[in-house]
Amino acid sequence: MFRNAGLLILLLAVALPVQADITVKVTKGLGDAQPIAIVPFEFEAGEGPRDGKARPPLDVASVIASDLERSGRFKAFPREDMLEKPSTASDVQFQNWRVLGVDNVVVGKVRRTQGGYVIQFQLLDVFRGKQLLGYSIPVSERSLRRGAHEVSDLIYEELTGIRGAFSTRIAFVMAMKDGDTRRYQLVVADADGYNQSSILRSTSPIMSPVWSPDGRYLAYVSFENDAAEVFVQELATGEREKVSSRPGINGAPSFSPDGRKLALTLSSEPGNPDIWVMDLETKKSRRITRNAAIDTEPTWMPDGKSLLFTSDRGGGPQIYRVEVGSDRAERVTFEGAYNARASVSPDGKSITFVHQGRDGYNIAVMNLDTRAMQVLTDGGLDESPSFAPNGSMIIYATQVGRQGVLAATSTDGRVQQQLGVQEGDVREPAWSPYPPSRE
Amino acid sequence: MLKLDRLAILFLAMFLVAGCATDGSGTGGESGADGVGGETSEDTSGVETGGLSDEEMMMKNPLEDPDSPLSQRIIYFEFDRSDIPQKYLDLLSKHAEYMIANPDMKVRLEGHADERGTREYNIGLGDRRAQSVRRILVFQGVDSDQVSTVSYGEERPQVEGSTEEAYAKNRRVEIVYLK
Repeated sequence: MFRNAGLLILLLAVALPVQADITVKVTKGLGDAQPIAIVPFEFEAGEGPRDGKARPPLDVASVIASDLERSGRFKAFPREDMLEKPSTASDVQFQNWRVLGVDNVVVGKVRRTQGGYVIQFQLLDVFRGKQLLGYSIPVSERSLRRGAHEVSDLIYEELTGIRGAFSTRIAFVMAMKDGDTRRYQLVVADADGYNQSSILRSTSPIMSPVWSPDGRYLAYVSFENDAAEVFVQELATGEREKVSSRPGINGAPSFSPDGRKLALTLSSEPGNPDIWVMDLETKKSRRITRNAAIDTEPTWMPDGKSLLFTSDRGGGPQIYRVEVGSDRAERVTFEGAYNARASVSPDGKSITFVHQGRDGYNIAVMNLDTRAMQVLTDGGLDESPSFAPNGSMIIYATQVGRQGVLAATSTDGRVQQQLGVQEGDVREPAWSPYPPSRE
Repeated sequence: MLKLDRLAILFLAMFLVAGCATDGSGTGGESGADGVGGETSEDTSGVETGGLSDEEMMMKNPLEDPDSPLSQRIIYFEFDRSDIPQKYLDLLSKHAEYMIANPDMKVRLEGHADERGTREYNIGLGDRRAQSVRRILVFQGVDSDQVSTVSYGEERPQVEGSTEEAYAKNRRVEIVYLK
C-alpha cells in the first residue's frame, strides 16, 4: 500500500532528540487538513534552579505539531514561513496569519520552576481574532513531553469536539533476530512511539498483549515454558501473575469492561479451543462456547454482557457474537471467506477486524447496526487492528518489505500513516484506554 | 540390522567427539523470560557437558542416527488443512513403534501455521495439526501420556518469507523428543 501511495511526507524524522528511532509517514490523506500554526514556545529560566539550563530539553511546539499532524486532521504551518513568532496572544498580529491562510495559531511559553516546568499556551482563532483556549500546565522535570501531549489533547478537543488521545500509550510486540535466535520484547510506548520501555524480554514468542480497562495492567501470552500461558503484569511494578496454563491452548486474553474477568481461549478438550471467561479474583473459569470448531479471539462488547469471537464453525473463520450465559452464537460477518480478530469501538457501534479479499488480508470496519463493511487498508498482510480510545483512529500491524511495522488509519480510511520502528519486526499493537485519573 | 546398530554407535561417538553441546537451541528453543525489574541474564554460554555411562554408550540410539527414519521429524501440511498427507503415514508408524518400545520416552508435537491470517486463529490451526499427529500416534498404541502438544501458530516460521515455498515449509508439525 505504501509503495503505491505516491504521497510520502516525512513528518517526524527531523528535529527529534536522542531517541529518534520512530518515524511517522503520512501515506494517504492530509488533503483537506486544517492549517494550524504552532509558534515555537518561548523559554523562561524563571526562578528555577540555577543549573545553567538556558534552553528547554524539548521543543514542545514541535511535539504538539507532530501530534496534530498525526491525527490527519491538521497540517502544521512551517516555522520558516512564519512572519512573526510571538509567545503571548497580546503580541499576535492576526493579519499576519490571515494572509498565510492559517485558521488557528498556538502561542506559548515553557517556564522553569523549582520542581519542573509550567507549560503555558493559548489557542487563537485567526479569523475572529480571539482566544479559544488558554491554560497553564505544571509538569514534573521528566514529564515535559507528556505535558506537550496534554496540550495537543486540549487543542484537538477544542477544534474537533473529540477528546484527544495523544497522551495515551500503546503496547506492541517486537521480534529481533540475533543469529539463529529470535528475541521477543513486549514494549510499552507513548502513542507517538516515544518513551519506549520493554516490560518483558524472552527468547520464546510473546503474543496478544491487551490492556486492562484502567490501563494499569497488560495481559499477554508467553511461550517461555514451551507452552502457551497467559500472564497478567502490573506496569508500575513489573510484577506478574500466571493466570492460565492449562493443557493445550491458553490464548487471546481480553479484559472485561469492569476489569474483573478475562475472556480467553482454552482447549476444552485436546484439539478443541473454545471461549472461556475467567474470574480474575478466584481464577475460576467458565466455558462460554461449545463447538468442535476453532473458537478464539474473544473481545468484550462495552456493556460487558456479550463477546465477539472468531469461529470457523461455518467452514472458514467468521466473527460471531455470544451473550455471556447463553450458548447461542449469532454470526456477525458474512461478506468474504475470512473475517477474524474483531476489536470493538469505544462506543460499541462498530468493529474493526481482518478481512480477506482479493488483495489479501486487510483491515476492515463494520457498523454493527447497518452491517455495512468498508475495507480500509490494502497492505495484504495487515493484522491486529485496535481502536484509539477516542474511536477516531485504528492502529494495526502491516509489513513493509519483510519488516513488520505499525500503522494507523482514520476510521474512514482517508488518512493513513506508518509508525516506523527502525529495528526489529513489530507487531500486535494495542492502544491503551484513557487513564482513569482524568474522568 | 547389526550393521545399522554399529553405525548408530559410530554416529553417537562422533556426536560426542563433536562436543555434544547443542545447548538446547533449534526447534525447542531456549526458554527464559525476564519481567521488568528482573535481571536480564543472557545465558549465551550456559553450556554443560557430561559423559555417558557404559550402559548408555552401549544403547543403540536411532534418534541420533541420520540414516534412521526417526531422524525425519517434520510433517508438512497442505494449505488450510490439518489432515496428514498419505506419504507421512509410514514415518509416523515408525515413530509410534519407537515410542511403544520406549515407554519412558516423551515427545512434544509442535504445530505451526504459515503467516497468512490472524495470529490467534493460526494458533488454532497449528493446534489442529499437532492433534492430527497425536491422534495417529495414540491410535497406533502410543500411551497418550507420552505425547504433549503445543501450537506456535505463525510465531516460529521455519523459513522467513512471503512466498508459496516458504509457506509450504511453515505449515508443519515438528516431533520433538524430550528424553
